Amino acid sequence: MTCDLTHTRLHAYFDGELDAMGAAEFERHLESCPDCEARLAAEDKLRSALAGAQLYARAPETLRKKLQTALPKAAIPPEVRDPKASVEKSWRWLAIAASVILAAILGTHYLEKMNRYSQQQAMAAVIVDAHLRSLQPGHLEDVISTDQHTVKPWFDGKIDFAPPVRDFASDGFPLLGGRLDVIDSRTAAALVYGRRKHIVNVFVEKAQPADSKDASGELQGYHWISWQQNNFTFTAVSDTAYADLDQLKQLFLAP
Amino acid sequence: MLEQADRARFEAEIIPHRDAAFNLARWILRGRAQAEDVTQEAFLRAYRSFGAFQSGNARAWLLQIVRNCCFTWLQQNHVAEEMTEFDEQTMPPKAENPESLAMATYDRERLQRALEDLPAHFREIIVLRELEGCSYKEIAAITTRPIGTVMSALARARQQLRTILTEPVPKGSQP
Repeated sequence: MTCDLTHTRLHAYFDGELDAMGAAEFERHLESCPDCEARLAAEDKLRSALAGAQLYARAPETLRKKLQTALPKAAIPPEVRDPKASVEKSWRWLAIAASVILAAILGTHYLEKMNRYSQQQAMAAVIVDAHLRSLQPGHLEDVISTDQHTVKPWFDGKIDFAPPVRDFASDGFPLLGGRLDVIDSRTAAALVYGRRKHIVNVFVEKAQPADSKDASGELQGYHWISWQQNNFTFTAVSDTAYADLDQLKQLFLAP
Repeated sequence: MLEQADRARFEAEIIPHRDAAFNLARWILRGRAQAEDVTQEAFLRAYRSFGAFQSGNARAWLLQIVRNCCFTWLQQNHVAEEMTEFDEQTMPPKAENPESLAMATYDRERLQRALEDLPAHFREIIVLRELEGCSYKEIAAITTRPIGTVMSALARARQQLRTILTEPVPKGSQP
């Protein structure tokens, strides 16, 4: 490991962002590199200085008050807002009974919708996590090749299905390589494509009945799109524009 | 307008991050008065789009909005600011002299001035990492940059901060 390579890695190590193997590798390098050791000490000094200088600016009390008044109050039913309101008792009971029934009906419907929505959100979080993990140094590809005839056989024997590996370099999505990944405890083939300066991960898994047919969304600035094709579930994720991902999907779907 | 349940959730999940929001705005905008206005604006914007936020990292979600409001404010108010996005290709790392590392002085006043002298995109990343304690993943989400870019930008930001701190104090700027 050369010092040039470790320059950024030193920061990842310093910030506790390397995985166990990466950290061990870096520590081995550190033993024989006084230069990196000095850098690390300098980073440490800067951090303690920043921490000790009380630079954190807490929100002033005036802001707290402003927030309290500025946020519009949600509509509060009048009988809650004004308990002294002279509403006839029987009417009130009837209203309460009606609203309980209505709430129950709406609630069931809402929960069903929410459930479907949060499942999709949870899946999106897993996909984005996997994407971010892959961008850590040394994690992106296990097989580095722009040749689909090198990447495809690499998966042989590593997973129990043969993912469709295709290079779309002429369409602006060069194949960069592939790796194995685990998405929500299912093994997936991850195909890595470039898109201008961005990286696109395409996860390919065997389709399951519970997988949604077509879905897409955005999470923390990352776009994702998933579709089914030939009994595989594809999920593409990247920080590139959504239109790019859709274009990649169309390339996969084209014969 | 948010439903009552959503409003309660907003108050429970988003409002508690007002210190983080204000601190980020204060450092990007370099002033408390502007930060107070922009933070309030950011909270209103967050409130209006809260329906789109269902689960996940509430602090990162809010800080992304705060950050966007801050950069919009800087642009609208034509604040002379180095707005160039960090680009690894055009900003290669400079070698740091180990001897000069030891010379940096770190009193509070100098640190504050040095941090304010950093370009906005470096300033925000130092504030998020060192003052707010965000992970790379959170910083990537807040600044909508790939995590690799966050990593190298942070390395560069620290280096530049140290360079500023090793420069001699200009005459007349000391009280």
